[in-house]
Amino acid sequence: MAEVMERVTKVIVDRLGVDESEVKPEASFRDDLGADSLDVVELVMEFEDEFDMEISDEDAENIKTVGDAVNYIESKK
Amino acid sequence: MRLAGKTAVVTGASRGIGAAIARTLAAEGAKVVVNYSGSRDKAEAVAEEIRENGGEALVCQADVADADSVKAMFDQTLETFGALDILVNNAGITRDNLLMRMKDGEWDDVINTNLKGVFITTKAAARPMMKQRQGRIINIASIVGVTGNPGQANYVAAKAGVIGLTKTAAKELASRGVTVNAVAPGFITTDMTGKLDESVRESMLGQIPLSRFGAPEDVAKAVLFLASDDASYMTGQTLHVDGGMVM
Repeated sequence: MAEVMERVTKVIVDRLGVDESEVKPEASFRDDLGADSLDVVELVMEFEDEFDMEISDEDAENIKTVGDAVNYIESKK
Repeated sequence: MRLAGKTAVVTGASRGIGAAIARTLAAEGAKVVVNYSGSRDKAEAVAEEIRENGGEALVCQADVADADSVKAMFDQTLETFGALDILVNNAGITRDNLLMRMKDGEWDDVINTNLKGVFITTKAAARPMMKQRQGRIINIASIVGVTGNPGQANYVAAKAGVIGLTKTAAKELASRGVTVNAVAPGFITTDMTGKLDESVRESMLGQIPLSRFGAPEDVAKAVLFLASDDASYMTGQTLHVDGGMVM
């Protein structure tokens, strides 16, 4: 869990240019981290590359917070 | 060489306008994926001609209306050439009939290839292009998508749809450095227009201010412009290459 959170955080910090301290499980990409809808699409693409997995469009729609992403990735491992 | 080092995928590149586009982009240095659906031999001939002239070409079969085969084509493109810089959505078919006689199948076939196909390839290509923060998507529409044309309800609806899709994709992808434009050819001499009656051809000639039919190369040159750095400040536009038919 910790390792996934760490890698997810790095992707988010790199892509959105936010401070690491802002990347908390409950943080919403759009409401808290300043992402627009296209940023979220790109984040999901980067998670796919980082974790070498495919995330379907249907699943991607449910990934709204940092915790959603971490839980999803954990569940698929 | 205006496209040196770039990789371009041209759908429906085995003949007609698509083949001319593939040859023209390759002549300016682009590595070209020559996509075809059914005409393997013709696609191979286009690729061979590109190689004989010192260019690089990859022949790739894919039905643009099938998302899995499109994905496989782009995967192969990225594997072979390492990037995807330019996508030319040229693949298209006709199933002409009067509206009152048109069968559902004729409608569906044309919409699936000519409109849904552009959606599928654009969605798939946008991914690597967004990551690269640069890309060019050029859709081959048609002047009849602007004017309407008797006997082509399906084709016209698809081409008008492509123009709308071009504008929307342009707006969605602009912030990521990807431009999306369309070229709307008028009457171009190809196998597709060769099927028309002589009387239809004569009456069309009368509507063209420049008094001649276009060549596939006329369209290819407009595509080359939109693919080049010269067009970096254009997106969402439809260029009419029609001898002045529609102004």
